[in-house]
Amino acid sequence: MTELISRLEPDSRAASRGFSDLSIRNLFIIPTIAFLIIFNVFPLLYSLWTSFTDFRASTTAPANWIGLANYRELLSDPFIWRNFTITAKYVLISVTGQVVVGFGLAMLLNRKIPLKGLITTLLLLPMMLSMAVVGLFWKLLYDPSFGIINYFLGLGKFEWLADPDVALYAVALVDIWMWSPFVMLLSLAGLSAVPKHLYEAAEIDRAGPFYTFFRITLPLVAPILMIAIIFRTMEAFKTFDHAYILSSQPTTELIAIRLYKMAFLEWQTGLSSALAYIVLIMVVAITNIYVKYLNKAKAR
Amino acid sequence: MAEIKTKGEVALNRVAIVAVLVALMIMLMPIYWIASTAFKPRSLATTVPPTVVFEPTLTPFAKLFTKRSQLRQPVEEDVYEAAPWWEQLIYDDGEQVVKNRKTGAITSSGYWDRYKNSLIVSIISTFLAVSMGTLTAYGFSRFKVKGEQDWLFFILSTRMLPPVVVAIPMFLMYRTVGLYDTHLGLIILYTAFNLSFAVWIMKGFIDEIPKEYEEAALVDGYTRLQAFFKIVLPEALTGIAATAVFCFIIAWNEYAFALMMTSRNAQTAPPYIPSQVGSGLPDWSVIAAGAFLFLLPVAIFTFLLRNHLLRGMSFGAIRK
Repeated sequence: MTELISRLEPDSRAASRGFSDLSIRNLFIIPTIAFLIIFNVFPLLYSLWTSFTDFRASTTAPANWIGLANYRELLSDPFIWRNFTITAKYVLISVTGQVVVGFGLAMLLNRKIPLKGLITTLLLLPMMLSMAVVGLFWKLLYDPSFGIINYFLGLGKFEWLADPDVALYAVALVDIWMWSPFVMLLSLAGLSAVPKHLYEAAEIDRAGPFYTFFRITLPLVAPILMIAIIFRTMEAFKTFDHAYILSSQPTTELIAIRLYKMAFLEWQTGLSSALAYIVLIMVVAITNIYVKYLNKAKAR
Repeated sequence: MAEIKTKGEVALNRVAIVAVLVALMIMLMPIYWIASTAFKPRSLATTVPPTVVFEPTLTPFAKLFTKRSQLRQPVEEDVYEAAPWWEQLIYDDGEQVVKNRKTGAITSSGYWDRYKNSLIVSIISTFLAVSMGTLTAYGFSRFKVKGEQDWLFFILSTRMLPPVVVAIPMFLMYRTVGLYDTHLGLIILYTAFNLSFAVWIMKGFIDEIPKEYEEAALVDGYTRLQAFFKIVLPEALTGIAATAVFCFIIAWNEYAFALMMTSRNAQTAPPYIPSQVGSGLPDWSVIAAGAFLFLLPVAIFTFLLRNHLLRGMSFGAIRK
């Protein structure tokens, strides 16, 4: 009889067994939220404060409140603007390259190819590797005297990483090599979702391959491709690892590298905190676009 | 794609197959070059034209794990003959191993310590991130949470910041509380870093487990916790395994935080391997050996994970 009652009243039964649903929910969620607040939100508030001071972590001198002076200094510094310009150029080159190569590979793989599964998996390998170690190895491949790139392309002693005009492209090429597979993977998912009957209908209408591609394939893959582009833009904007290892050219000094040097080599803690905040605002802007598309894609 | 019918389509498909194979070769070339250089003697690592056919040797690995004297001294014949095989590998190149004066044991290089640090930090932070992430994902998936979307966005947003931005205040905090250059410091950072990822991926997996399973268990007299551990967790096991491997790979490959938050004691392999290049003529075969051993676990995991890669890389936003 008690068994029957408890079945009819689930709440009282749960309460009688110790943990209520509410307390389980809190037990499961609150530690994570608390942990992330302590190790993400708190440091950011801390650096917001340092960004208004002239603090240098290399000295024991106390921090002086200097208001917006750091921000004013940064925003009027042409070198910082140059770092942002370089970063924008780098993002544009590498994301465009990844979309072209990645989408091209996906179009090729979206056919009857023998061993398709194995080939796709092998193509995914680059993006799973450590960007730092990959950067180190491309240094060997790019080497002017014994690198295999120059040898196979017959470029003689071409200086990929020392030439100020080429170095940024060389760094972006490594990014393209690593992350084209990511665009390929998302494009493949998008392509496989295109309903087959649309192609059959196009065939009956005797539509040419170009018409089929631009009127059927591309519009239907576009939303998922857009996610890949935003995701890669966000990541490329943050690039540090391989760019820092590959090249020390002024023309390849991305904003993350400038920030690292300012904070950990020059020890301008206050100033670099202010720069970090400027970068942060930019990242939040890109993130918002990303999440908007993410929700749109999920709603479909 | 459309079915292959006409002769033209067959030819087009052949062209596509050739193009895919060429692309595959180009994409895998750098990885092949790392792997092959790791088995070359020093003299063949940087030759012009590049050496493609060679007799593989383990010398680079022997040199990777041992400390060698800076001066290259020729080794006498009888010393060479009497040495055990692993020392012969090193003597082969004319370099002398550094030995402990008292015990005569070969002194090992810093690589193994860094590799061990990588293992410790990655495994522990993965365990923490996945266990906390799974619980939180379950909480969000099964219970009503006020402002659920906002909380989930907050969790995701912690991953969107460039590491360098967070590193400045973290460095100051860590220096104050004594977490700088400690394993615990890196473990905490990587756990925080991976936690958002684990929550998002696990939520995708748990959402797909029918709620009816637990409801049936509750009717059978299980408590919520019992239903979670005995019904939901086993169902989510593949998802947990995939998420764990992802978190492990991310922590394993991480470079920026490791560079800024450690100096010696807790340094992991990613900042260590590039620092070995230094100035002058680096021994690329030894660096390749270090890189090869470091990339090996990731390569194996990639093959195990291939079916989950899409969901993992896109934060579970897109289902395959």
